[in-house]
Amino acid sequence: MTEDQTVPSEKPTEGAHQAATLEFREATKLYPGQDDPAVDHLSLEVPAGEICVLVGPSGCGKTTAMRMVNRMIDITEGDILLDGESVKDRKPSDLRREIGYAIQQIGLFPHLTISDNIGTVPKLLGWDKGRIAERVDELLELVSLDPHETRDRYPAQLSGGQRQRVGVARALAVDPPLMLMDEPFGAIDPINRERLQNEFLRLQREIHKTVVFVTHDIDEAIKIGDKIAVLQKGGKLAQFASPAELLMYPASSFVEDFVGSDRALKRLALQRVRDIDLWKPAKLRVGEPTRDAQAKIDDSDVPVPLLVDEHGRPMGWLSERALSGERVEAHLRSKAEPVLEMDDILRDALADLLTGETRYGPVIDAQGRVRGVLSLEVISNFLQEPPTESRSGADLVREER
Amino acid sequence: MVFDSLAQVPERDTGASDQCVAEDGFCPQWIVDNFGDYVQPLLDHTYLTVVTVVIGFAIAFSLAILAHRQRWLTGPIIGFTGALYTIPSIAAFFLLLPITGRGNTTALVALVAYTLLIIFRNVTTGLRAVPAETVDAAQGMGLTDRQVLWRVELPLALPEILAGVRIATTTTVGLVALAYLAGGDGLGRQIDAQITFKSNVALAGGLCVLLAAVLDLIILGVQRRATPWMRAAS
Repeated sequence: MTEDQTVPSEKPTEGAHQAATLEFREATKLYPGQDDPAVDHLSLEVPAGEICVLVGPSGCGKTTAMRMVNRMIDITEGDILLDGESVKDRKPSDLRREIGYAIQQIGLFPHLTISDNIGTVPKLLGWDKGRIAERVDELLELVSLDPHETRDRYPAQLSGGQRQRVGVARALAVDPPLMLMDEPFGAIDPINRERLQNEFLRLQREIHKTVVFVTHDIDEAIKIGDKIAVLQKGGKLAQFASPAELLMYPASSFVEDFVGSDRALKRLALQRVRDIDLWKPAKLRVGEPTRDAQAKIDDSDVPVPLLVDEHGRPMGWLSERALSGERVEAHLRSKAEPVLEMDDILRDALADLLTGETRYGPVIDAQGRVRGVLSLEVISNFLQEPPTESRSGADLVREER
Repeated sequence: MVFDSLAQVPERDTGASDQCVAEDGFCPQWIVDNFGDYVQPLLDHTYLTVVTVVIGFAIAFSLAILAHRQRWLTGPIIGFTGALYTIPSIAAFFLLLPITGRGNTTALVALVAYTLLIIFRNVTTGLRAVPAETVDAAQGMGLTDRQVLWRVELPLALPEILAGVRIATTTTVGLVALAYLAGGDGLGRQIDAQITFKSNVALAGGLCVLLAAVLDLIILGVQRRATPWMRAAS
């Protein structure tokens, strides 16, 4: 992962992007009076700066596991280590001030202004007023809210999406090395959820926190997680893997069912068009000698030649008549639609092909020049290959700029 | 002076004041002339009310905080303060007389007892109405139990708490009027002194009502100032 320096406007603050490693070591929670543990000998390691998603059906102990980290729930057996130190050795309130905490219901304080909400933990830690005010404005900008408009308002005056952003800003207030997020986008409508997820991934690209993210939604898990821990009833770890591995090699029938029968399609959401080997088309121009054209066609992967303009931009698929004379003529069998881009997500590209009722789509680069052709065969071949590297939705968003 | 309230005695419209007084009527001129005699009783009444509510609040609030930490105490405390609440005030005064003697102390003890149930109930209701996720977020951010209570739960319960204080205050203004039965001060003694004289009863009674209204408005004002966020919901 490349450390990103392309966004100079967000200057690093407070210990410059510190992140902690987190390790569950046989962590177990057994509630008194119950026979079966809620979390059962959970062991996993989250490297610093990565997002670990805990996912599973309701009652699988994912929230319990998360809440054991900041000791909102006490650990019955085993241990959880933050940067190698047991959380059990820490005073709960001190520990919690060092860990960002964002929950689905947000839990903003209705009686405090937005700036007082965000400034809660800094105030507990004894920051002076000027420093808190500065930090509040900085965080509001970080989560795409206008500080002047927002800071003196009360939570009731904001929309659900804005409140959620404030919740994230508040969790980030003292630049904690670890963030706990319990279904933070669960109560948001689908469109805004998608936007908040993308924003969050972009934010993470800048702040590089270690994040424990709880969700019941496998699609969200695949999109958000660097690593995904699938839990099943009784708080047992069913699989801990990267999104691509999880989709390709589900460890059990439970995981297979949980990721869904469309897991192959889900893998497409983790790739961009540029990531796979495209077919080479025969790129012909009007007036080109037919003999040369035929050689190009023989050398290409696509049976139908593609007409391009003088800049190499796609014009359309040529018919046989176009090659009947000495020179290539502009007889099109069909327009070159859809035109795909190198940066398109593979799943969207496939959808475009299917919508266009075509098997081939020219892929253009940023200048509009044809760089290759995506075909249904290419996609189908890709799905049969094992994942070459562990990729995640988070990587995709990171690459975006 | 327009004596329209004296419509029932229209034939005495000149030099009516003395006549009016002699007939125990409602005599505005007499009220204006004798208002000075009611200032001290009014101050005593105010004092007794405020002291009662302050002490009652201190006790009930402490009990409510205790019950908030130890939930099982809520039932017994409601039971006990509820029992106190049902004792007729006159009976309470006479029960206390052998212990505390005649005077303001006896009145205070009984009056305080009546405020406990109202204030206790409102404080506990207010604390319970605080959204669970707000408390969860506060704890998760590292506020200690005490900080959660004072910085989150109590501020959010404040409207409910002050609503209880308002009811208790209004009730107490009315009950202080009976404090004279225990030998206490206040407008009640004034009413009792000339209970058949309409002007006296109207003046002393009117001052009671006025006092209750003013105190209520003051607490309401405090509440509005202390909870600007209540009006922020748009």
